[in-house]
Amino acid sequence: MATKKLKAAGAALVSACLLAGPAAADLVFPDLSYRTGPYAANGIPFSDGYQDYLTLLNERDGGIGGVPIKILECETGYNTEKGVECYEATKGEGALVYQPLSTGITYQLIPKATADGIPVHTLGYGRTSAKNGEVFKWIFNYPANYWDGASHAINHILAENNGDISGKKIALVYHNSAYGKEPIRTLEELSAKHGFELVLLPVDHPGQEQKSQWLQIRRERPDNVIMWGWGVMNQVAIQEAVNIRYPMENFIGIWWSGSENDVLPAGDGANGYKALTFHNLGMEYPVYDDLKQYVVDAGKAAGAGDQLGTALYNRGMYAAMLATEAARTAQEIHGTADITPAMMRDGLEGLDMTEEKMAGLGLPNFGPTFKVTCANHGGDGLGAMAQWDATAGTWSLISDYEASDSEVLNPLIEADSLAYAEESGITPGCE
Amino acid sequence: MLYREAGDFKTSYREDGQSFPIRFDRIAVQVTLAVALLVVPFVINDYWANAVALPFLIYAIAAIGLNILVGFCGQVSLGTGGFMAVGAYATYKLMTAFPEVSIIIHVLLAGGITAGVGVLFGLPSLRIKGFYLAVATLAAQFFLVWLFNRVPWFYNHSASGQISAPERTVLGQAVTGPNAEAWVTYLFCLLFLIFAAVVARNLTRGTMGRSWMGIRDMDIAAEIIGVNPLAAKLSAFAVSSFFIGIAGALFFAVYLGAVEVGEAFGINKSFLVLFMIIIGGLGRIAGSLMGAAFLVLLPVLLKNVLVGGLGWPTDLAAHLEFMIVGGLIVTFLVAEPHGLAQLWRVGKEKLRLWPFPH
Repeated sequence: MATKKLKAAGAALVSACLLAGPAAADLVFPDLSYRTGPYAANGIPFSDGYQDYLTLLNERDGGIGGVPIKILECETGYNTEKGVECYEATKGEGALVYQPLSTGITYQLIPKATADGIPVHTLGYGRTSAKNGEVFKWIFNYPANYWDGASHAINHILAENNGDISGKKIALVYHNSAYGKEPIRTLEELSAKHGFELVLLPVDHPGQEQKSQWLQIRRERPDNVIMWGWGVMNQVAIQEAVNIRYPMENFIGIWWSGSENDVLPAGDGANGYKALTFHNLGMEYPVYDDLKQYVVDAGKAAGAGDQLGTALYNRGMYAAMLATEAARTAQEIHGTADITPAMMRDGLEGLDMTEEKMAGLGLPNFGPTFKVTCANHGGDGLGAMAQWDATAGTWSLISDYEASDSEVLNPLIEADSLAYAEESGITPGCE
Repeated sequence: MLYREAGDFKTSYREDGQSFPIRFDRIAVQVTLAVALLVVPFVINDYWANAVALPFLIYAIAAIGLNILVGFCGQVSLGTGGFMAVGAYATYKLMTAFPEVSIIIHVLLAGGITAGVGVLFGLPSLRIKGFYLAVATLAAQFFLVWLFNRVPWFYNHSASGQISAPERTVLGQAVTGPNAEAWVTYLFCLLFLIFAAVVARNLTRGTMGRSWMGIRDMDIAAEIIGVNPLAAKLSAFAVSSFFIGIAGALFFAVYLGAVEVGEAFGINKSFLVLFMIIIGGLGRIAGSLMGAAFLVLLPVLLKNVLVGGLGWPTDLAAHLEFMIVGGLIVTFLVAEPHGLAQLWRVGKEKLRLWPFPH
């Protein structure tokens, strides 16, 4: 009992210092990152990109609309309990928008953040049906979601087979969690529509052991393999695919299974591996000159500063760019530079991502253009296919940004979001 | 000087047999309870409830449950995570199937269902012991997690396999769901912890607890003097799983609000609760509380000191946290193999003599 009291007193002291610290005038962007554990290889580049872009705005422009940005980093380890702790620790400091980079934590935060009135932006992950903004008022998942991704993968296979994939066998290797299970419903619908056979192969957390799944793939010889993996699972899966000599051009990963860290360990064998993406890759953008000048050379880069230009670094930067542009939009809508989370929500909902805007930010043609509305929090769901070139060590886009099969997806999103609305007593609608 | 038995006279058997025979202990416990029940609810905020108080209270219930099985009855179990999952999924199914029934009843029923499952997986303990039993309960852990992942009925066929707790109220106050106030959830879990501690303490002082300890210390001797090993072992599994089921139910419904089984109730959870009772003290109710406090509060404290106080990078702090907590566990166990509860007991012995040790 005595030790308990002592610890409680110590924690009280520390948290008192914590709460007294920051000035209220900053724009607070929490970064729930993970730099440790089995998902660190993917968590680090994303977080570095996110923070570096925010640092760039601070160093170059003095923040957004003249108000400096404050980054609150909190380590979640991709663990929901720590994610809750991080959310509670940062929400009191005026956090404007949460980007947890974890579908599991997103599911925790959806009801909590809705009740607290803080927006959540899940860029290409999280709960797919949050696209329906009439139900999920505080949740945004533009520019594309998992069901779009599943549809893109199937569309790509359709295009390769001249539009006929009936009787083909397609395997889904997925992380056995909320994240990995997201595309199953869509793939089942698509399998009914196009007549292919779907084989489901779950991989348990953390995914270091996949021998039996790939043995099954070797035995069943699916025409294509689609993967919903994350962290160490990606590297292992690609290595196993190389080991059983599975043709890499038939192996498609979702955008979270398409970073350099995932393919590099497999060496030349990974050549030709494909992954989806909803933004451009590489570092041929003017913003990188500024990043180098203001952030990296000034010694202010997050982490080790060695992730610039990787696929996930770009995605983290893209997430930060969308969030800060939304904050700018919020400042314009409400005519004040010092915005609250509720104003930030209006900004996220009023975001209009145009080509001029992206070019002005030093990111010309970086992602698809889209406009968020109250009814559509998910963007247009455009996605492209990238392919890995092992000799050059780069990803390159092999398709244009294409639309997903909205004929199949829209009824699914409608049904799932309305089920949620009924479950939690929400009346759908736009005020 | 303050802490002594001298002058504290008992005039009835009832007084002699009370839980805390020393007056100072009794007053300390009463004051702690009064503060926990009457003061804390007024000052607690979301952060303290969700990051510190709820995990501590819930893990303490689980630790009390596991301590009954491992500490009092000597049956090693690695199935805690799986049994917590049973409690969580049972509450979820009950909450969604019977929304009009009080959540308190659901939590207790979930404990009862877990007790049944626990007895089922406790059956091998009648034939196997020690490490072999640990492996058998490990099978329970993996089987239960697999089951809840595999059978869509358990998660009401939701697309993601997640279960999320709908809002339920007690006396008009939301206990589960996002609108629950910090003090309500805190009090709700605290009352369950007090219930668990009182029941466990009194069970272990009675016939049942003595038969468990007989089995733990030497099962053949216990059998010869008339303890029925079947009844003793299975009742230990039932009572232990009952508390663990309640902990799992609260963990899901009140604390997290949404869980997925592989992540929330994996093998790590089994080890975590087992470490809690080993560090706290096997066969001591107070040890369960201390162990839970140690493993729940210390990481949060370290994180706040290293990241919030000293401003170190989060990854460095996270790695250091593992090293410091691990180092402290080893140090504590070397210094006192019987856990924190034993340290406390030694401290009390010293206190009785203080300030005149001779």
